[in-house]
Amino acid sequence: MNVVLPKLGARAALAGVVLLAATSASLAQGTLRIGMTASDIPLTTGQTDNGGEGMRFMGYTVYDGLINWDLSSATKASDLVPGLAESWTVDANDKTKWVFKLRPGVKFHDGSDFTADAVVWNLDKLLKADAPQYDPRQSAQGKTRIPSVASYKVVDPLTVEIVTKAPDATLPYQIAWVMMSSPAQWEKLGKSWDEFAKHPSGTGPWKLTLFAPRERAEMVPNTAYWDKNRVPKLDKLVLVPLPEANARVAALRSGQVEWIEAPAPDAIASLKGAGFTIVTNAYPHNWTWHLSRVEGSPWNDIRVRKAVNLAIDREGIKELLGGLAIPAKGFMPPGHQWFGKPTFDVKYDPEAAKKLLAEAGYSTAKPLKLKVAISASGSGQMQPLPMNEFVQQNLADVGVQVEYQVVEWNTLINIWRAGAKADISRGVSAINYSYFIQDPFTGFIRHLQCNLAPPNGTNWGYYCDPAMDKLFDQVRNTFDKAEQEKVLQKVHEKYVDDALFVMITHDVNPRAMSPKVKGFVQAQNWFQDFSNITMATASR
Amino acid sequence: MLLYILKRLITVTPVAFGVSIVCFLLVHLAPGDPLSAVLPADATQQTIDDMRAAYGFDKPLPIQYAIWLWHVLHGDLGVSIATGRPVAQEVGRAVVNSLILASVATLIGFTFGVFFGFVAGYRRNSILDRVASALSVFGVSVPHYWLGMVLVIVFSATLGWLPPTGAGPDGSGNWRPDFDHLRYIILPAVTMAVIPMGIIARTVRALVADILSQDFVEALRAKGLSEFGVFKHVVRNAAPTALAIMGLQLGYLLGGSILIETVFAWPGTGFLLNAAIFQRDLPLLQGSILVLAMFFVALNLIVDVMQTALDPRIERA
Repeated sequence: MNVVLPKLGARAALAGVVLLAATSASLAQGTLRIGMTASDIPLTTGQTDNGGEGMRFMGYTVYDGLINWDLSSATKASDLVPGLAESWTVDANDKTKWVFKLRPGVKFHDGSDFTADAVVWNLDKLLKADAPQYDPRQSAQGKTRIPSVASYKVVDPLTVEIVTKAPDATLPYQIAWVMMSSPAQWEKLGKSWDEFAKHPSGTGPWKLTLFAPRERAEMVPNTAYWDKNRVPKLDKLVLVPLPEANARVAALRSGQVEWIEAPAPDAIASLKGAGFTIVTNAYPHNWTWHLSRVEGSPWNDIRVRKAVNLAIDREGIKELLGGLAIPAKGFMPPGHQWFGKPTFDVKYDPEAAKKLLAEAGYSTAKPLKLKVAISASGSGQMQPLPMNEFVQQNLADVGVQVEYQVVEWNTLINIWRAGAKADISRGVSAINYSYFIQDPFTGFIRHLQCNLAPPNGTNWGYYCDPAMDKLFDQVRNTFDKAEQEKVLQKVHEKYVDDALFVMITHDVNPRAMSPKVKGFVQAQNWFQDFSNITMATASR
Repeated sequence: MLLYILKRLITVTPVAFGVSIVCFLLVHLAPGDPLSAVLPADATQQTIDDMRAAYGFDKPLPIQYAIWLWHVLHGDLGVSIATGRPVAQEVGRAVVNSLILASVATLIGFTFGVFFGFVAGYRRNSILDRVASALSVFGVSVPHYWLGMVLVIVFSATLGWLPPTGAGPDGSGNWRPDFDHLRYIILPAVTMAVIPMGIIARTVRALVADILSQDFVEALRAKGLSEFGVFKHVVRNAAPTALAIMGLQLGYLLGGSILIETVFAWPGTGFLLNAAIFQRDLPLLQGSILVLAMFFVALNLIVDVMQTALDPRIERA
């Protein structure tokens, strides 16, 4: 008997294990827990806050736009795809009039139908201050994204017409920002956005099931999602705000989360050594010096702009960042569909830089002196202090003296909004700013169009070139996508050939994850798709 | 006695008023725009102005203060800019979480502090005393964010025994003292406990040593009382001071620790303050600082009143 009992026990245990394994294989695709860099759960009502991270986790998960971003490929640059609208066309005779044909049969998470009324209701939510559903918080986030929209109306239950202030072929990119919340759910919850925040309802692939402010959000798949390829395979997606970089790494290493955003660069090697996967990819981000072009600025001389661009050792910066950077060859990342064929080769050539500076009249006796505003940290700013010190050293090597005004991130944003002429800019001739450059407006137009100089926009340096403005007009008036792309390439060629920015590097959006995470494709986008992810059952 | 309490209450009023002004001004004098952290970076000036007006930031400071004070006096701390949730609700939840953490930390600190204190006091200048004293000096001098990170590296990242962040497997909403939740509190509470542990240990050591050298102990021993019986007398004599020190330490810990709560992502007042500072969430910042400041004002008042009640000789003017 003494011998049999343990055997029986072992058999029972084995049977149990087999049974468990069988059930988990057939049922569970697991739970994925993600440590975000945000200090709070992004706004859940539709139009999220917390910038790109907010849209990534609380926008394109719970909600859809009429137009979405294609997040399915890691190898090609991400582009727009039909979302809640199956198609959109601009009127052949009146280029301000757009017709959106909506996807039939789509339902919100609460079961109500998605119709043209809902589209108009959602646009009113952002733009019409006297509408009952107008939400100042969502409006603050969304209104800025759709500056061209003048009016809109229901044509029939599955058709919406949107009219722009002037012809604007970039409208689809703007519309991709607008997330559609459920009017029925809002009505049901006593017309309160605060209640809606706790029980949101969109059309997206994920349904929010738990919302604990500052601590946790949980989502489960929307099995009735209209795009069968994007019905999530996981059982649950959990978001945890972990703003402190070391805390994120600790949470990942201890198995509290399986995925963290933006691991600290100095933790990468040890994470890799411990068997974690570091996923990176190019995406439309850049880290530049935005140049002042006001009267008296040294940057008004193209030789200076080119010289500084040639003096920077970008490979050295990449090494400084543990390889987590793409050296800039232009304003857009290399290989981007709008890159074109610029003739100015952005590379490290200190001799050429010295020569250009000498031509521009600078020498050891009369060195070029630059005053630049930089931040100590900030969203998208990578590692601003060591990186700028590196640049400072590079420039010192060619005889340029750089003095930094180090300000706090929010102050730098204010300087950037106020413009190079404002007092708050303290006479700096450049600011170190990283950019979201995902669409024609945020990528190009907002930085350099003449009439977008402050206070009308964020052309910080007061750059104004009629030739560039003409190209921007062309972008806005070219409704054929392929043709528009060609114009955008010309814009980028001008950006590079005129050396309009000091183009330094691009981030690679690093995230670290447990080897259990399978099936994630990191799109070349600020947003990502979590639908095809599964969790391997074997434990680490 | 009642008169004294009344007098103290009257003197507290200008203090509270002063505190509210300092809270308000500190927050407004700090650089940074409350709206820039909330709005998309390329929001137009029009949107910014609209928001500014909506939150009343366009009015002169004294008027903003008057409006805020009026609301505060009605129990309304305003609405967080970043989250849109009522500040009172946010601060309330955070205070409860800090309270839980502080209580556990105090319990740990007190238990170990008293233990080390007695051991050291009884065995003065022995190896045990040296070890216990070294531990308590370590406790008061080690930077606790550093200790927190080391504990995380050892017990979470390497050994995988304890979770490094958060208040529980499902957040703090359903916090209860069960195993699943207590696992989360161990690391932050231990980190937080080292300072009170050190202070209590050193105080108790001195107390015990002092009591042991007094004549009555000699007398007790002389009349043949067992060593355990003597020990009980020592405990009884040391208890009031030790408890008073513990009370003070609890008071400090209740304020929450920005560093510890941030390292462990513990959703208490420190974590909230940190978030509020980085987001320039003025109403939230003002609200949480005010609540914490008032907490200390109240604590001081209670301590004063209690001391007077216990010892009538301390009739303070």
